[in-house]
Amino acid sequence: MRNYEIIFILRPDVTEEDVDKLIAQMEGVVVGTGGKLEKVEKLGRRRLAYRVRKQREGLYVLFRLQGSGDTVKEFERRLKVIDTVIKYLSVRIDEDLERAEKFKALRAKQESKKRRSKPPAAPSTQTTMEIPQG
Amino acid sequence: MAVPKTNPGESERSQSRREGGPPGPKKQFFRRRKVCKFCEEKIDLIDYKDARLVGGFISERGKILPRRLTGTCSIHQRSLSLAIKRARNIALLPFSTGG
Repeated sequence: MRNYEIIFILRPDVTEEDVDKLIAQMEGVVVGTGGKLEKVEKLGRRRLAYRVRKQREGLYVLFRLQGSGDTVKEFERRLKVIDTVIKYLSVRIDEDLERAEKFKALRAKQESKKRRSKPPAAPSTQTTMEIPQG
Repeated sequence: MAVPKTNPGESERSQSRREGGPPGPKKQFFRRRKVCKFCEEKIDLIDYKDARLVGGFISERGKILPRRLTGTCSIHQRSLSLAIKRARNIALLPFSTGG
């Protein structure tokens, strides 16, 4: 199982109702192919940085899921078929997440080491300016 | 972004010059010490969806700014450039602008 992030853009003239319908449909695809949904988010209407299929705006939808390559393959195939989808991008994120975790752990270790070898100086009593209220 | 424009030769020279070294041409302006923004703010994962953050590292024409101008560290520059490329792909950032 791998973590993926699939983001796709819908035409701006799609109604809210249709967006929800499409999301439900894609959720079905994920579950149907043995994937696990982690997060589905509507990122809302955004201006596109360049024109895509003659559109200057788009509705962004983000899916975060766990699954195999087949899940993503099927997901992408469905996106290609649906003509309200003007662009999509799927990214494998488990490696990135792991790397971020590692950095985090490393920093925590370094920080604790620093604290041990050099005990922090007496906590400076901050002389904050008192602003008279009134 | 306030990035002093220098030619690459000059920035190398000023880095290699130390105090007490041979007198070189006097520095004309104050250069801010550049630090990697991602190290500073402890951003481990550079998210391509954060167009405002990532978009700060492209030039007016949409090119990825070099490390020498932004001060980004090597590790983060690599993941930053990947994030910019992903953001471009999903129309969050332009491939090119103007012209």
